Amino acid sequence: MTNTFQLDGATVPFEPGQTVMQAALAADQYIPHLCYHPEFKPHGSCKLCTVKVNGRTMASCTMPAEAGLEVESDIDEINALRRTLVKMLFAEGNHFCPSCEKSGNCMLQALGYDLEVHAAGFRHQYPDRPLDASHPDILLDFNRCILCELCVRASGEVDGKNVFALAGRGNSKHLIVNAESGQLKDTNIALTDKAMQVCPVGVILKKRVGFSQPIGDRRYDESPISAQALQDAPRPPSGAEHD
Amino acid sequence: MLPDTNPIYGESPRCDLHADLHEIVAKYSGEKTNLLQMLIEINACAGYIPKDAAIYIAATLDIPLARIESVASFYSLLHLQPVGEYRVLFSDNITDRMLGNLDLMEQMCRQLWLQPGKVSEDGLLSINTTSCTGMCDQGPALLVNGYAITKLSSQRVQEIGQLIRNRTPVAEWPADYFNVEDNIRRGGLILDNTLAYGEVLQAAKAITPETIISTIKDSNLRGRGGAGFPTGIKWEACRNAEGDAHYVVCNADEGEPGTFKDRVLLTTQADLVFEGMTLCARAVGAKKGFLYLRGEYRYLLGHLQGVLQRRRNSELLGESIMGEQGFDFDIEIHLGAGAYICGEESALIESLEGKRGVPRNRPPFPVTHGYLQQPTALDNVETFCQAVMALHMGAEAYRAIGTEKSSGSKLISVSGDCAYPGIYEYPFGVTVRQVLEDCGAVNIQAVQISGPSGICIGEHEFNRKLGFEDLPTAGAFMVFDDSRDLFEVARNFVHFFAHESCGFCTPCRVGTSMLKQTMDKIAAGHGTKHDLAEIENLDHVLQTTSHCGLGRTACNPVLHTLKHFRPAYESRLKSLDFEPAFDLDGALARARQMTGRDDAGAHLKESE
Ligand SMILES: Cc1cc2nc3c(=O)[nH]c(=O)nc-3n(C[C@H](O)[C@H](O)[C@H](O)COP(=O)(O)O)c2cc1C
Ligand code: SF4
Ligand code: SF4
Ligand code: FES
Ligand code: FES
Repeated sequence: MTNTFQLDGATVPFEPGQTVMQAALAADQYIPHLCYHPEFKPHGSCKLCTVKVNGRTMASCTMPAEAGLEVESDIDEINALRRTLVKMLFAEGNHFCPSCEKSGNCMLQALGYDLEVHAAGFRHQYPDRPLDASHPDILLDFNRCILCELCVRASGEVDGKNVFALAGRGNSKHLIVNAESGQLKDTNIALTDKAMQVCPVGVILKKRVGFSQPIGDRRYDESPISAQALQDAPRPPSGAEHD
Repeated sequence: MLPDTNPIYGESPRCDLHADLHEIVAKYSGEKTNLLQMLIEINACAGYIPKDAAIYIAATLDIPLARIESVASFYSLLHLQPVGEYRVLFSDNITDRMLGNLDLMEQMCRQLWLQPGKVSEDGLLSINTTSCTGMCDQGPALLVNGYAITKLSSQRVQEIGQLIRNRTPVAEWPADYFNVEDNIRRGGLILDNTLAYGEVLQAAKAITPETIISTIKDSNLRGRGGAGFPTGIKWEACRNAEGDAHYVVCNADEGEPGTFKDRVLLTTQADLVFEGMTLCARAVGAKKGFLYLRGEYRYLLGHLQGVLQRRRNSELLGESIMGEQGFDFDIEIHLGAGAYICGEESALIESLEGKRGVPRNRPPFPVTHGYLQQPTALDNVETFCQAVMALHMGAEAYRAIGTEKSSGSKLISVSGDCAYPGIYEYPFGVTVRQVLEDCGAVNIQAVQISGPSGICIGEHEFNRKLGFEDLPTAGAFMVFDDSRDLFEVARNFVHFFAHESCGFCTPCRVGTSMLKQTMDKIAAGHGTKHDLAEIENLDHVLQTTSHCGLGRTACNPVLHTLKHFRPAYESRLKSLDFEPAFDLDGALARARQMTGRDDAGAHLKESE
């Protein structure tokens, strides 16, 4: 039993310091997640990775792995919670997937399919979130932001630029850009930045490449998100290509 | 208490921000951890944080400009846009509502030709609501430019309107407006103590830190801030944790609606609080302590600084305390700025570090990784007071007070429908019925114990006892007689949680605002059985997946009232099973407002 725990009946080995999520993914076991990214310190905000540990619900991405834990993930009760969380995220922003150029590459959408979320189920909040199209090469469509802070973390920790930050609180929390004008064109963001690669949804978009890859041939069209788990196993940050 | 005349905290004449910016940064030694404190001072000086001030601070502290907006916009008492020379915020706890705060706000709005939430065109003022300001026993209350005014009446509101219209500086307003009563109705162990300041500290000189900790452990003292963690175990874990420095933090954020006992302790027992912090510092080996004071209690700052200074002058703080080489400890006061979540210990620490008050992932806990990731003993105001008494009396004598599982006394903040609202100190184990009798409450329908995040109990439970083994409480005790509508009570609390959610985690950020919309829909008479089911679903998700105690308890008011007072909900439902969430007629409200129409023709007919 030393340094292993049980996940839905499978034995998962772990190294001290790993969280339940990190150990599970390294062992090829999938636990749904959104704000977790293999190259960053776990954040713990989306709660999609909620699991049941010895009878209590916990976020698996931040929960330290411990020998002998009994973790339940793929069970009806937990998947029902996840479905509600996905519906909440869909209802909170403005997600018109058919016209979204991230469709097929979007983690939120892929999770929705995987968890069989077929209807929004909640009244939509229809927030007013104007686009930022000021930058010549990059478009920001805040309507789809799920506030996972990955871009904030990537820009701060990997790019060393702090282009993004979060402002407000509660349901008026929103993403802002680090410039006096508040516009992306007045930042030093570059297409090669890590911050350009991490958005799980369709907020940070490269202009003019839009639908170059046809819908139907995209990442989650080929295989469901749960089948692509291995790529999400922890690894060192692969940033700084532009240096 | 009148706004003090400290040039930076002074309200009027409005300070010269450009001259003072430099001074503000210097006062906080340009430390990033003091960013929030600097922003609070700028906001107090100019009424908001002007962009050029933000740019100056960002450049001087070498931080991204966006961080200023990021931090400032987290705190409801800070503003990035001008909100008027006079900023009037009506406290909007349910107890203020019961005393008619909304009518008074409407009266002021009418008098000054203004809508709530808007800034007057001449930039003179704005009027809005704010979460409970901790004056529930003397409400309705408001804050003007951050200072508390109590016991509002129609006449007082009229006078305030005149003062604002005449542009009378707040410092020149009648002093009795700012009077905050202690309303101590029943004293006990803490409130009736006759200790001289420094007495227990002097006595502790002879004993080792280990003995302080073992005495606190043996006394069975448990935290008074809500969670009830054993204090001695916390101090011991902090002492044993390795770090470059150890810290002591006093949680005086007191944001739970209906709670105001820490305000009275800070007013009448500040020495006891600081003595407790100093004893804790000796026990855990800390050289520095913080008192995190909620922004709404800013009027206490001058008084508290005075007590700290007196203690320094008496060698009870500073270097070589009581002449003992190596016993160094001092206390700094940090202000909050309108964020209930900063009462949660890890969010408080984030805020102390000058950041947004977002709760951290735990473990690790503050005792090992607290302020600046160093071991930190963080306790409630009352806990520090109780610790002094436990050390003074000895563990056995202290344990003899209260019940077997709950040692010592508890301060209760009583408000709502009763003849004598105020502070009552009882040994643990007192029944709800006894408190109701003592405060002169009759025909009582329900009591909200420990605030919105606590529980609502009905008459059949009034024999229950306050204490960790039965009804744990952080101190709030809000009384509702049989004329009150408990659905409206729950709805007020739901609005509170939605307003105070930090927004970090999905369930709480989205769930509290959905809960609010659903309660509003039911209140407007559009609710169906489907909505009750949705409430139960939301409650479940909030309780099981939220990141911190706020989200996990945000549904308590609804759950408890639905369980015990379901008719209050059902009587409001339409017989329909489903009602579209999109209210067509409601969508026309803006058009009606803009055209000034409210006649039948301006409404869509409701299809029944
Ligand atoms: C949302 C939330 C708000 C809280 N507010 C307060 C508060 O205002 N004052 C307080 O002492 N504790 C508050 N707490 C509890 C603290 O996290 C912490 O448990 C307490 O301050 C520890 O001190 P104690 O052991 O002396 O009780 C709050 C907790 C949560 C989850
Ligand atoms: S823009 Fe994308 S990466 Fe950034 S917070 Fe929003 S969803 Fe997350
Ligand atoms: S439960 Fe609410 S307050 Fe707590 S972390 Fe989540 S969003 Fe913030
Ligand atoms: S993946 Fe764990 S909280 Fe988002
Ligand atoms: S499909 Fe566009 S944001 Fe998910």
